[in-house]
Amino acid sequence: MSDTAAIELVGVHKDFLSHGDTVQAVKPTDLAVGQGEFFSLLGPSGCGKTTTMRMIAGFEEPSGGTVFLDGNDVTGVAPHKRDVNMVFQSYALFPHLTAYQNVAFGLERKKVAKDEIRRRVGEMLEIVSLTGMEKRSPREMSGGQQQRVALARALVNGPRALLLDEPLGALDLKLRQQMQIELKRIQREVGITFVYVTHDQGEALTMSDRIAVMEGGRIDQLGTPREIYEKPATRFVAGFIGTSNLLDGSVDSISGGVALLVFAPEEKVLVPVPPSVTDGTKLEISVRPEKIDLSRDAPAAADCSVLTGTVREVVYHGTSTNYTVRTSAGADLVVFDQNAYSAEDLAGPGDRVYLTWSPQHSYPIGVRP
Amino acid sequence: MRHRLAPYLLVLPGGLWLLLFFVVPMVTMLSLSLQEGDVVNGYVLTGHWQTYVDAITNYRVQLVRSLIYGAITTVLLIVAAFPVAYFIAFYGRRRKATLLFLLLLPFFVSFVLRTISWRYILTDEGILLGPLKDAGLLADSFHILGTPVAVILGLVYNFLPFMVLPIYVALERIDPRVVEAARDLYASPLVAFRRVVFPLALPGVFAGVLMTFVPASSDYVNSAVLGSSSTTMIGQVIQSQYLVSSNYPTASALSFTLMAVLLIGVFAYARALGTEDVMKVAAR
Repeated sequence: MSDTAAIELVGVHKDFLSHGDTVQAVKPTDLAVGQGEFFSLLGPSGCGKTTTMRMIAGFEEPSGGTVFLDGNDVTGVAPHKRDVNMVFQSYALFPHLTAYQNVAFGLERKKVAKDEIRRRVGEMLEIVSLTGMEKRSPREMSGGQQQRVALARALVNGPRALLLDEPLGALDLKLRQQMQIELKRIQREVGITFVYVTHDQGEALTMSDRIAVMEGGRIDQLGTPREIYEKPATRFVAGFIGTSNLLDGSVDSISGGVALLVFAPEEKVLVPVPPSVTDGTKLEISVRPEKIDLSRDAPAAADCSVLTGTVREVVYHGTSTNYTVRTSAGADLVVFDQNAYSAEDLAGPGDRVYLTWSPQHSYPIGVRP
Repeated sequence: MRHRLAPYLLVLPGGLWLLLFFVVPMVTMLSLSLQEGDVVNGYVLTGHWQTYVDAITNYRVQLVRSLIYGAITTVLLIVAAFPVAYFIAFYGRRRKATLLFLLLLPFFVSFVLRTISWRYILTDEGILLGPLKDAGLLADSFHILGTPVAVILGLVYNFLPFMVLPIYVALERIDPRVVEAARDLYASPLVAFRRVVFPLALPGVFAGVLMTFVPASSDYVNSAVLGSSSTTMIGQVIQSQYLVSSNYPTASALSFTLMAVLLIGVFAYARALGTEDVMKVAAR
């Protein structure tokens, strides 16, 4: 990564007027995307991720703030003068042009020499495995192939950054998974910064170097997939990424940077906390379902979190079995048990069970360090 | 067996209608054009091809004039209709329906009446020329009524919706993101229009040309109401041959000639433009 960010937003926001009221689709946002980074904007629909991307592309003007591309202020610069290219949600291929003509469109506008265009389009079609499809019209291609044309059409220009707006949304599951791997490979191959807009958390986790989780027009959390999954900053992030178990309670005692929350005799949760947390602090704790052990026998180890509860539901998922347990602490916890060793269920509905997990698998949400 | 017949039975009502009101008159007219005689003594089919030769020789000027008026009208229509269709399709938003209704609103008044009201606008001392002449901006001898300008103006006015609607439909079907994609790929607004929007609107223009050139070329109202003897179009000639001179063979021969010329023109046009490509885009 070089020093200058490929894309930088400083205080960028977008206000819309709706029925006389001003609505902030994007609240003042600061964001820096590094050179060659695979960066995802993740969030539910209406969270402002697409608007943010369109402000980078130049299709929307920010109501305030500055957009930098490679250190240059491009706020107010028309889309066709910005050195970024976009892959649209529905591909938006030119229906009256062939695959080749679609890919060559940008280079022709830039007045690149004919021979050079032929060479670069040929190369790009090879990268996206579409050699031999040059003369096809978009109508004669499958969804996956159209997707590749859209990608090639943007990448062939060698943009500073590629903006992808839910590019895999229209594909079926199998093809989508295949394209995820493919996209990642292509990104490594061409070394261009990708900004990827998606509402699919699995997609974002698989492909991204960093993810910005957006909600209600602002970024809730920005971090690596691991950070976002393991240490969700807000309740929203914890809930939106994967399945999360949330426990509310207040700290009874702290020793060695680990807080103890007692829910009943022999029922406790241990959680590492920063120094700002003291006795009596109310905490919201997130535990991922695959970290929890479920057993019908009382646990032997003393230095881990233990809760008891009643199994309410057992769902077999092939690779794992999912249990929903109503704990005596009040919350319903979900437990994923890998079906690696046993073919039998660990417990059935109505059974009393013990749930245990190590202290480092509890994470206090929204606590200042 | 019933299943095999079903499609043909479905075609029957429309088919009979066409047979009765299209094929029968056509055959009658073709036969009429090859007959000799007069209204009083009756007509006899003699296969007299000379009628065609005479009709074309006598009315060549009106025939050519009609085609020229039709062509000029069509070109002006494209120029006038495209911006209107473009505006409604891309900027109409919630008012689209209202705007389209306004476009069609004049059609609730009779075609002839609307054309006659243009007389009041274009007449020498009318609301348009009167003030200009009073102000000394135009010579007193200047006039529009009775000139080709007035006739073509009337034709353009009367056929405008027939050009706007098909272009509008074609533009309406364009995914705005396709235009954005062009802008994203370094096309200025003008280039995006030329390379993407216009080619995608071509099927609409094509349909509009078909819907206006043919009726405009054979129109007889605009020239009759707004023109003069120097703007006589072939439609007027046919009408007067039928209804005034009762010269049925000549009128029929002229009708057939006009039809043949228009058909050839339309096919040549379709060939030149490459209907297949146009239809490909239309079928997307």
